[in-house]
Amino acid sequence: MSKPVSLGLPAPRRRWAKLPRPPLAVALAALVLLALIGMAVFAPWFTHHAPQALAPALRLKGPSAEFWLGTDAYGRDLYSRIVYGARVSLTVGLGVAVFSVAIGLPLGLLAGYFRTLDALLMRVMDGLMAVPGILLAIAIVSLSSAGLATVMVAIMLPEIPQVVRLVRSRVLSAREEPYVEAAVLMGTSTFKLLARHLMPNTLAPLIVQGTYICASAILTEAILSFLGAGIGTETPTWGNIIAEGRLYFQLKPGLVLWAGLALSLCIVSINLLGDAARDALDPRMKKR
Amino acid sequence: MFAYFVRRVLAAIPVMLVVALFVFLLLRLSPGDPAAIIGGDMASPEQLAAIRQNLGLDRPLHVQFFVWLWQLLHGDFSTSLMAHTGVLSMIGQRLEPTLSLALVATALTVLVAVPLGVLAAWRRGSWLDHTVMSVSVLGFSVPVFVIGYGLTTLFALQLHWLPVQGFKSIFDGVGPFAYRIALPALTLASAHIALVARMTRASLLDVLGEDYIRTARAKGLGELAVLFRHALRNAWVPILTVIGSGFALMISGVVVTESVFNIPGLGRLIVDAVLARDYPVIQGMILLTSGVYVLINLLIDMSYAISDPRIRY
Amino acid sequence: MACEQAPLLQVENLRVATAEGRPILHGVSFHIQPGETLCLVGESGSGKSVASLATLGLLPKGALQVEGGTITFAGEALLGASARRLKALRGNRVAMIFQEPMTALNPVLSVGRQIDEVLCCHTRLDAAERRAKTLDALAQVHLPDIQRIYGAYPHRLSGGQRQRIMIAMALVLEPTLLIADEPTTALDVTTQQQILTLIRELQQRHGTAVLFITHDMGVVADIADRVCVMHQGQVVEQGAAAQVLGQPRQAYTRQLLAAVPALAPRAPRAAGSAQVVLDVVELSMVYPGPRRLLRRSPGTCAADQVSFNLTRGRTLGIVGESGSGKSTVARCLMRLLTPSAGAVRVTGKDISELSAAGLKPHRKRIQMIFQDPNRSLNPRRSIAQSLIEGPMNYGIDRAEALTRAQRLLELVGLPADALGRYPHQFSGGQRQRIAIARALAMEPDVIVADEAVSALDVSVQAQVLELLDGLQQRLGVAIVFITHDLRVAAQLCDEVLVMRRGQVVEYGTAAQVLGAPQHTYTQQLMAAVPGKAWDFSAAARS
Repeated sequence: MSKPVSLGLPAPRRRWAKLPRPPLAVALAALVLLALIGMAVFAPWFTHHAPQALAPALRLKGPSAEFWLGTDAYGRDLYSRIVYGARVSLTVGLGVAVFSVAIGLPLGLLAGYFRTLDALLMRVMDGLMAVPGILLAIAIVSLSSAGLATVMVAIMLPEIPQVVRLVRSRVLSAREEPYVEAAVLMGTSTFKLLARHLMPNTLAPLIVQGTYICASAILTEAILSFLGAGIGTETPTWGNIIAEGRLYFQLKPGLVLWAGLALSLCIVSINLLGDAARDALDPRMKKR
Repeated sequence: MFAYFVRRVLAAIPVMLVVALFVFLLLRLSPGDPAAIIGGDMASPEQLAAIRQNLGLDRPLHVQFFVWLWQLLHGDFSTSLMAHTGVLSMIGQRLEPTLSLALVATALTVLVAVPLGVLAAWRRGSWLDHTVMSVSVLGFSVPVFVIGYGLTTLFALQLHWLPVQGFKSIFDGVGPFAYRIALPALTLASAHIALVARMTRASLLDVLGEDYIRTARAKGLGELAVLFRHALRNAWVPILTVIGSGFALMISGVVVTESVFNIPGLGRLIVDAVLARDYPVIQGMILLTSGVYVLINLLIDMSYAISDPRIRY
Repeated sequence: MACEQAPLLQVENLRVATAEGRPILHGVSFHIQPGETLCLVGESGSGKSVASLATLGLLPKGALQVEGGTITFAGEALLGASARRLKALRGNRVAMIFQEPMTALNPVLSVGRQIDEVLCCHTRLDAAERRAKTLDALAQVHLPDIQRIYGAYPHRLSGGQRQRIMIAMALVLEPTLLIADEPTTALDVTTQQQILTLIRELQQRHGTAVLFITHDMGVVADIADRVCVMHQGQVVEQGAAAQVLGQPRQAYTRQLLAAVPALAPRAPRAAGSAQVVLDVVELSMVYPGPRRLLRRSPGTCAADQVSFNLTRGRTLGIVGESGSGKSTVARCLMRLLTPSAGAVRVTGKDISELSAAGLKPHRKRIQMIFQDPNRSLNPRRSIAQSLIEGPMNYGIDRAEALTRAQRLLELVGLPADALGRYPHQFSGGQRQRIAIARALAMEPDVIVADEAVSALDVSVQAQVLELLDGLQQRLGVAIVFITHDLRVAAQLCDEVLVMRRGQVVEYGTAAQVLGAPQHTYTQQLMAAVPGKAWDFSAAARS
């Protein structure tokens, strides 16, 4: 039977507890992001037009009480399309961040710990990194159907090597630490060694990296949609709203700029949160 | 030094092999008949049979790979579906606008970002530093096309200073060339400027904390000598790295910028290829850009070896 | 020594605080006469380095700032002097050398160029004159082949050579004051001795005053004219060296002096048991060389046929300078490295070629204590978790492991409630005690301590050494004690093995090896120990 041994002692240092009050920009970024997430999840509550509802009679109308941001070339409500577009962007951002970390973390741990595996795995990762991500994504999307899953895989694939490299470098430096060697000398199994002593070292930078991946995935998805290599136009995304609006850009810049604004706000907010997380969690990376 | 160079060149070969293998597997493992993808929707059964023969689709996978690799090494990047010409010659025709755009953007980046980063690091914590840092977040967060359309709205539609789109070769005169490349180059460079300025600042701050900087100050050197002779020379390596690894970013930027400004370069070629499902062109572009990426990083590694006396074996 | 002359440097009531307002120096005062050597001595955190950096206005910007006091150099107030004026003084009238010669020189500039810069910036000499003067400065610090050194980059030079370069750079303009911040701490003893001799020689030749910052009482005894003892940001005691070291007035000074281990070997102990727990036979370790284009260049032999044995309850000291291979031997004993040849028998079983799985049952027989107390415990795991990990790996249940951990903490002199805390809540010395408890939790027959007290302040070091000695008498564990410090070895070890470039130079009882060294290298090492002529224990008793 195990009994708790420590009583009335100061709690272990919690980094979060030591966080200073966040600066205004970070608080704003968090608010913007929360608002976007709320709008995406509860999109029907925020809009009163279906994003696909065509009204050819109402093409390219200006902003009005009915259509807050006006209508597009097919008479669809631009505001509704932008609200629904947040769903795709946020799903892609979150999904890519979570999956690339979930896949990259174990690969990085293994590469950092087993030297023989390392040489092979890192050659593969070097090769993957040499392929410009956008071209890889374009190739994957153009080879198969352009569904949400395909787009996510296509965006995720070039991000994984970044995660693997980060985790690997952390493991390589952590395994030199005397406390890791002490654990080896105490007969700790490889699995426990990785889980207890090596993996915790990688988590803080991974949270930061995950945030940046989220932002970059949203950006890439928008570019793919913009280039016509993304999700089909029946599902509104910020990228394909802009792609469709381009044709009328000189006539009605709002068709491009409103969605662009939403996209930019979203990515700036995530990057700002990433910077804040980095400063709070990992002072060593602070100066980047 | 020579041995080091040879070793670095040799180390690039497996990377390119992995890239080739990857591109190869992408096509073979994707749903659908590779021959139909290569041949396009309009191919006749005879054409498809010829393509199958050429790819060796009846043979085992590894044999197919080496057959394909052999063709690549002989410059056979297969034929474009849109233009019915060889992929390589097609890429060659579109090279100039892209190269001009990329070079002007890179020059702009180095000229703007490095001094900004140096200033921000030197005056750390000042309003200048804060401004550079916050504007740089915007710079790499706002998508290239949004920046492009924003700049166009301002400088072309409102102020009428610059044209909305188009491209003129530098061989048609520097004036017209500069007039048309200004907005696209600025658009393309914006994300880069942000990244490089940040990296310059970070790298310089790292170096400014080093012992030898304290030594230099203890010698009584002036701030400028400390900053340029001692700090920047050591901070240069990570800055070069970010400029080099920014190449991938440059590619996506080029693709988008050329679309926004209607420039007939490689980026437009890619977009047209995507719309026409012209896989041979996409494949050729991937192989080519990966090769250039590996080459650029090779050159950067070698420049370290030349500039840093510690790397010399 | 009456102060008839005006002091060259006078620091009065200097107060320095962090940017958050936490005071670092609480009103520090000291002065230096022209041509004399003042030692600022103190343990880590005493503020001795901060005091020296403040003198030249080199405190890290934004982290530390001067709150008050005056600093006067040759009649001129330095606090409040313009940046331009300070720049003109630095490197010219006041020069500085630092602790880490490995990082204090710019890696991408040749050393000649770096000395040349000082001349460029403070004189109007032309290029040829500057070169001649630089070469002369290099010759004065007794560097060989000065023409080649002039164009060499720092990474090609040894630590001692780099510190000579730093000294040449500092003294090239014959400053009246040299501030030396722990300039020999990172160097081996023999190199340290050479550098100290060099500083003294140049000081006498040019009449330079030296402000010498150190933590090492031995060095103080060797070079100081006057001593200023600092503790927690305050000057505890200052006066002539003979007085402070011989008849210290303050309890803190006496305590510092008492903690310096004596150089005389400990009294021989009767062997308690004849059981050989560690038997090392012709252990060799060759590190493979870097890969060349087609072949591997020849490897470096870090340990060459090292043999020794150790019986239960005894302590063997392995001493040597950096690069002697002593740490390689330790890592081979622990099988953190697989030796190239030879046998390591732990209680009779050769572990040198066992596989990872085969090794596990024998791991617990031999445990290690590491050098750096900041890194030897996992910062994210509580002390309890760290202490029970090993026993639980060997099938002991959690409750029993916890009871054992609690007992061990008492044994190493820590309160039982330490179990629930985390490493950062303890001082370096306490953490080293925890590391000892962790090693003991495995109930090993042998403990390998690799520079286990080298990172600790001298007073803490004395306590940990005492603890190790006491534990050994109680538990009968054998200790392999690896150290570069002959004083520590003399105090703790029954047998001593001296290594140099991977080879055993001398091996025997402590009384033989340290008391009457036979090999010239051992004799050199003994001769280089700073403060060897001074009896610190006598001073502490007074």
